[in-house]
Amino acid sequence: MNMPMNPMPLNNSLLARAAGKLGPRASLGLGLLVLAVLVALPLLHLLPADSALHVSAYTLTLVGKILCYAVVALALDLVWGYAGMLSLGHGLFFALGGYAMGMYLMRESAGDGLPAFMTFLSWTELPWYWYGTSSFLWTLCLVVLAPGLLALVFGFFAFRSRIKGVYFSIMTQSLTFAGMLLFFRNETGFGGNNGFTSFRSILGFDITATGTRAVLFLCIVALLAGSLYLGLRLARSKFGRVLTALRDAENRLMFCGYDPRGYKLFIWVLSAVLCGLAGALYVPLVGIINPSEMSPTNSIEAAVWVALGGRGTLIGPLLGAGLVNGMKSWFTVAFPEYWLFFLGALFIVITLYLPKGVIGLLRKEKEQ
Amino acid sequence: MNAATTHQADLPLDTGHLVGKGVNVRHGTILTLEGINVSFDGFKALTDLNLYIGVGELRCIIGPNGAGKTTMMDVITGKTRPDSGEAWFGEQLDLTRMSEVQIAQAGIGRKFQKPTVFEALSVFENLELAQKTDKSVLASLRARLSGAQRDRIDEVLATIRLEGSRQRPAGLLSHGQKQFLEIGMLLMQEPHLLLLDEPVAGMTDAETEFTAELFKSLARKHSLMVVEHDMGFVDAIADHVTVLHQGHVLAEGSLEQVQANERVIEVYLGR
Repeated sequence: MNMPMNPMPLNNSLLARAAGKLGPRASLGLGLLVLAVLVALPLLHLLPADSALHVSAYTLTLVGKILCYAVVALALDLVWGYAGMLSLGHGLFFALGGYAMGMYLMRESAGDGLPAFMTFLSWTELPWYWYGTSSFLWTLCLVVLAPGLLALVFGFFAFRSRIKGVYFSIMTQSLTFAGMLLFFRNETGFGGNNGFTSFRSILGFDITATGTRAVLFLCIVALLAGSLYLGLRLARSKFGRVLTALRDAENRLMFCGYDPRGYKLFIWVLSAVLCGLAGALYVPLVGIINPSEMSPTNSIEAAVWVALGGRGTLIGPLLGAGLVNGMKSWFTVAFPEYWLFFLGALFIVITLYLPKGVIGLLRKEKEQ
Repeated sequence: MNAATTHQADLPLDTGHLVGKGVNVRHGTILTLEGINVSFDGFKALTDLNLYIGVGELRCIIGPNGAGKTTMMDVITGKTRPDSGEAWFGEQLDLTRMSEVQIAQAGIGRKFQKPTVFEALSVFENLELAQKTDKSVLASLRARLSGAQRDRIDEVLATIRLEGSRQRPAGLLSHGQKQFLEIGMLLMQEPHLLLLDEPVAGMTDAETEFTAELFKSLARKHSLMVVEHDMGFVDAIADHVTVLHQGHVLAEGSLEQVQANERVIEVYLGR
């Protein structure tokens, strides 16, 4: 922290001061508790199925999925909550990371031959962009490069042209829609509307084995913890304060001598890469990736997670992703046809009554 | 991304803090505007405007609404490009070819008409961001305040009388305090030339008086250009007044001279 330890402003009540002192310690404790549970879950999954403490594959996959979404929410919050740029296309970066990993998994299950969908199209050789995808190392590079480079190019032109606000949101939305249409085509070489599925192994390990699933889950937990740590460091750095300033008064910032383009591009690309990594871990866990992941509604849903949890905080988006997806998995079983109406209503309620999300509500309670 | 260093490589600047150091001001003129024309969709905002500001001068610009005062500031800070004419900062920096960010880094600070501060950040953080330093992305990622930088912030906090509010979010300050914070942010930039658009608007009498004192103490170390409607304030600070009317200079001189000028009286009182 750069801030000096200063006496709190006089207008703060004693109670708030006490809460402020208790706050960080309590939330750190809570965070460690959550982390312990998340690390314990995959270990309990390894227990024999008849054990009372056994965690089923369904539960582990569901929680793992939500954790991947939480990374996306955090990444989106870095550009929306901190830098004030609402992206409605983050699903694209998530899907690109997922597709990059999917390519490797398809090659792994195809062995020396071509992936099944290519044989089906009676292709005889791999398209050029599939070369090297049988290497796990190159796949990891692709997972970072594919979303990262796309974000870099898009961001470079968008920020250079000073595209902001709703125009920026619409453009990101169109970008993911264009991606979806492109990936729907069989000729694009990514399995058309079926996408990739029926994976067999990852790095030689059976992908449906309990052990593999447990390790994948732990990787996701590590990614989430890493992203959170990174977010925390950024938010507390001068870089983070410049982003906040950018969000609130970009003109003032320029007249202070800062070039906003570099700052926007940095956080934008970083956010895209985090999404790509989340997608890459999501695919082997869930076992499927198809173009519907790029559908605009997915990206809009991600914005709802962030808004519900609380923009401009680090814990808020994680809470939001957990709450909305938890509700979704219950709702889609109980009243499947009403989920989208409920989601829409939720967004309206948040916008009208909870501009700072659940976190804002909690903070208000604490202050009173 | 690293605008600070690339910029300084191709422009003859150093990081000197005093007026004249770094900016070449051989002829004693910090700002030169010659034959500036700006029009928006046929409306002529500035017509053949000539203006010279000397090093260390405190110049007041007055003029009725729509005289082109804000447009002129936009031209100087790179926000608006003139259709024709020349704008020089010192002898060698061509303002018509520099971006807003480059101009700010070269040493022109601007205060907006409506006080604009970073509302979500504390007063201290507002000053921290404004501080003259390397403002590239990499530098901000690694930045840590040195003791000297911290002292400088404290010094400015004292100058603008906001020591008691250093940790307050800037959004909670009163209107007048925000005005002072913005002036403080300008001081942190250590600019050679300060452009101040209606700095005392909405201030109490005591605050206005204090601002007048503050500006007078800033002149000579910095060059100041103040746009103001409050004639009492202008009288208190200015040694030199320029009257703008319909996009060009109508009169120039001391406030008394200007007020005695018949054309000025005509413009202000109507014909």
